[in-house]
Amino acid sequence: MIETDILIIGAGPTGLFTVFEAGLLKLKCHLIDALPQPGGQCSELYPKKPIYDIPGFPEVLAGDLVDNLMEQIKPFQPGFTLGERAEDIDKLEDGTFIVTTNKGTKHHANAVAIAGGLGSFEPRKPQIVGIENYEDRGVAYMIKDPEAYRDKKVVIAGGGDSALDWSIFLANVAQEVTLVHRREEFRGALDSVEKVQELVTQNKINLITPAEVTDVKGTDKVESVTITIHDEAKRFQEIECDAFVPLFGLSPKLGPIANWGLEIEKNAIKVDNTLDYQTNIPGIYAIGDVNTYPGKLKLILCGFHEATLMCQSVYQRMNPNKKYVLKYTTVGGIDGFDGSRKEAEKAVIKKIGS
Amino acid sequence: MDQDVNITIIDREGVEHKVQAPTDMNMNLMEVCKAYELPVEAVCGGMAMCATCQVYVKSDHDLGERNPDEEAMLWEALHVQDNSRLGCQIPISDDLEGLIVELAPEQ
Repeated sequence: MIETDILIIGAGPTGLFTVFEAGLLKLKCHLIDALPQPGGQCSELYPKKPIYDIPGFPEVLAGDLVDNLMEQIKPFQPGFTLGERAEDIDKLEDGTFIVTTNKGTKHHANAVAIAGGLGSFEPRKPQIVGIENYEDRGVAYMIKDPEAYRDKKVVIAGGGDSALDWSIFLANVAQEVTLVHRREEFRGALDSVEKVQELVTQNKINLITPAEVTDVKGTDKVESVTITIHDEAKRFQEIECDAFVPLFGLSPKLGPIANWGLEIEKNAIKVDNTLDYQTNIPGIYAIGDVNTYPGKLKLILCGFHEATLMCQSVYQRMNPNKKYVLKYTTVGGIDGFDGSRKEAEKAVIKKIGS
Repeated sequence: MDQDVNITIIDREGVEHKVQAPTDMNMNLMEVCKAYELPVEAVCGGMAMCATCQVYVKSDHDLGERNPDEEAMLWEALHVQDNSRLGCQIPISDDLEGLIVELAPEQ
């Protein structure tokens, strides 16, 4: 059982910044995310796109914003349960919560902050009959641990950034990488497209286009795939492989959270925006893109604000008899849970002149 | 109000919504759908990355070629037809007067 003060569901920018604000109040955080890496949409959908409305940053790449947030919260030692989806919630008699993921990991927390954005990202699956029988037996829709493909024969399908980037990465790890795409054109960052071109020329990536994987075969795990080539002859090609990874993008679903008894309006969770972004269940909060209230704007900067007020509310909830006084980081500095301390350099008071 | 164009949007239940879309607010068709609270998720917010704003163009308006981002997204999306477009990539202009589109099934 993972023990924490605030369990944050969703490791996007709002969820990550919550760790910082909670840390200032000496509250510990743990994050759950369905994706294998932190950052939410920023990392998964548009890491290389610039954002122009983060206060103090005239321009910042979404991926860099996530890196900066991870750096900012490091002293507060957040825990992560990645690649798992929050499935069930139980409220205990003492008002605390147990949240269980789809893989059975249990988390015990004083308060739950749902920072789930648009929901958990579910991979788009190719329409191949029986493909579900091979899931976790060679078929994967996202790559969690690239080492699992060392010295294996891998077939990747897709034409976007993740298909390109993983083909490049696995070209040096796997025994054989085949990249299959419906079109001859790929859509990705220029350097990724060029790098794949280079690896194809060096025979380190076997490129098959325009083509589609139309069948998966094997007795109890993937042993080969059938590729239909979209030329005039409509030829078939059988490729022996240990793994088939279709990377066709992800689409978000609110998922099991929708059944937690929370008040939901148009796919978003209703919260009290006059105070602390609490939901209709005391102790469960919703912050960032996942919540709704009159005048709601789905902006990262609004999520940061909501996270900050929410942490105050959790503090009061956990320490009903304590009075809290706001301390500025310029005055109080930061005391990390790792023993680190950051503070402003002290001014000297010294006589000048003889 | 003379800057508005009239657009008909058919939702997934087949209901026609006749809406007025402003041409002077830098809006696109996806945003118009959202403004009228039609069931368009627009997950990616308009970056041509999710295809949740896919529509079928039912009238014979010439909307020009799909741009490269839109084209690439539509290679991978589901339920794509020849008249498929991404609403987020269609700016509202005077040329759209009388346009009829139908929302594609959810991704």
